[in-house]
Amino acid sequence: MEMNSQFWPILFLSLRVSGLAVAISSIIGLPLGVWLGLRRFRGKSILIGLVQTGMAMPPVVVGLLLYLLLSRSGPLGSWEWLFTPAAMILAQVLLCLPFVVGISMAAVAAVPRELQWQLRSIGASERQSQWAMVCEARTGILLAVATAFGRSLSEVGAVWLVGGNIEGQTRVMTTAIVLETGKGHFSLALLLGAVLLSVALAINIVIVRYQWRALP
Amino acid sequence: MTRALACELDGVCHRLSDAFTLKIDSLDVIEGETLCLVGPTGAGKSTLLRLCSGQEPVEGQFSLFGQARGSSGFPLEVLRQVVTVHQRPMLLSRSVRANIEYGLRVRRVGQTQVRVEELLDLMSMAPLADQDARTLSGGQMQLVGLARALVVNPRVLLLDEPTAHLDPASVALVESLIQRQQQRTAMTVIWATHHLFQARRVASRVALMLSGQLVEIAPTAEFFDHPKDERTSAFVQGKMVY
Repeated sequence: MEMNSQFWPILFLSLRVSGLAVAISSIIGLPLGVWLGLRRFRGKSILIGLVQTGMAMPPVVVGLLLYLLLSRSGPLGSWEWLFTPAAMILAQVLLCLPFVVGISMAAVAAVPRELQWQLRSIGASERQSQWAMVCEARTGILLAVATAFGRSLSEVGAVWLVGGNIEGQTRVMTTAIVLETGKGHFSLALLLGAVLLSVALAINIVIVRYQWRALP
Repeated sequence: MTRALACELDGVCHRLSDAFTLKIDSLDVIEGETLCLVGPTGAGKSTLLRLCSGQEPVEGQFSLFGQARGSSGFPLEVLRQVVTVHQRPMLLSRSVRANIEYGLRVRRVGQTQVRVEELLDLMSMAPLADQDARTLSGGQMQLVGLARALVVNPRVLLLDEPTAHLDPASVALVESLIQRQQQRTAMTVIWATHHLFQARRVASRVALMLSGQLVEIAPTAEFFDHPKDERTSAFVQGKMVY
């Protein structure tokens, strides 16, 4: 691997794919998680079971299913997304979404329901009291986003299958590490791994700082 | 002259569990009065307060300020005139000041600072204003729970044993704050308490509840000195009644 010419595009693509996947997962998953955490309805336990099963979904299985859907003969073949960053983002959204929903749901559900009743009894509307519940769960909600980011940044199986690890187009940090390891370039693979960890650390430091700032 | 009614309950029935149903044949709470609810644990005092808040669906007739509860409940403007102080107030994980201001903020009231500072001073809690409310002692939390209710100048204040965990000085402070506000705004107070001496001190009328029903309701002196029901007589003498 020519370090100078290829390193930065790979790093930026990793951040772009993971960042967009986490953003999309959060936009869809946080409202869903909050809704699940606040509401009681018939069939909720089944829905929670599905979300938690999604958290255990092996990335290669997601990659394989998406590959079959997006391949030329698949139902979504006309999109021509296979071996593009769009397919990698879609795979990561599917992998991150259950984490965002599940963790944010648990965070909101952990706030005592009595608090909502007490806030209503001092004049909050239902919506205002629900928003207060969400604010009380803010550290858990940030944890959901941080977990999704970690999952996305470290994922390799699905992005390899649907991205194809094409040099200059769909190669990201994790697939590059696997490739360099296969070639026996262990020091380069280790170096890439250290960079990946440093990026994850830097982003998590920002999230943790925000979590602490969210506390009074 | 007939005084306006804050709450009217007529033929109200509220089934809480297989073992407990609240049944109130008739109860009128007059605007500006302090009605104390007394009775043993599990008599239904808290349940009655919860119904009086207007937030719960009720079987039977229930009105607040002359407005009957419809099938979709009371409008928010009516509900906001009735505020509850709970026995164990749950506070937001924010500062003491933010907790006290909460009721004003949800009502979109500007210029909250003067009223909040006044209450903080009256409760000697000004030095704690910016402290995380969850780090307060149980008694201090109780005072914040009272302050967040009083700050919005409610028309009806529902008190669910607000002094249960307070020292005598704090009990006196709570009673004086409530009476001071009542003199200022003619606020109606429905106060559930286990302390008969407290009921004697603060109530204009006292009601005894047993097993989800009102046994007797009378002006304070009459309730304690000339009770009509033998269960009331036993209760005020400190005997066990069920």
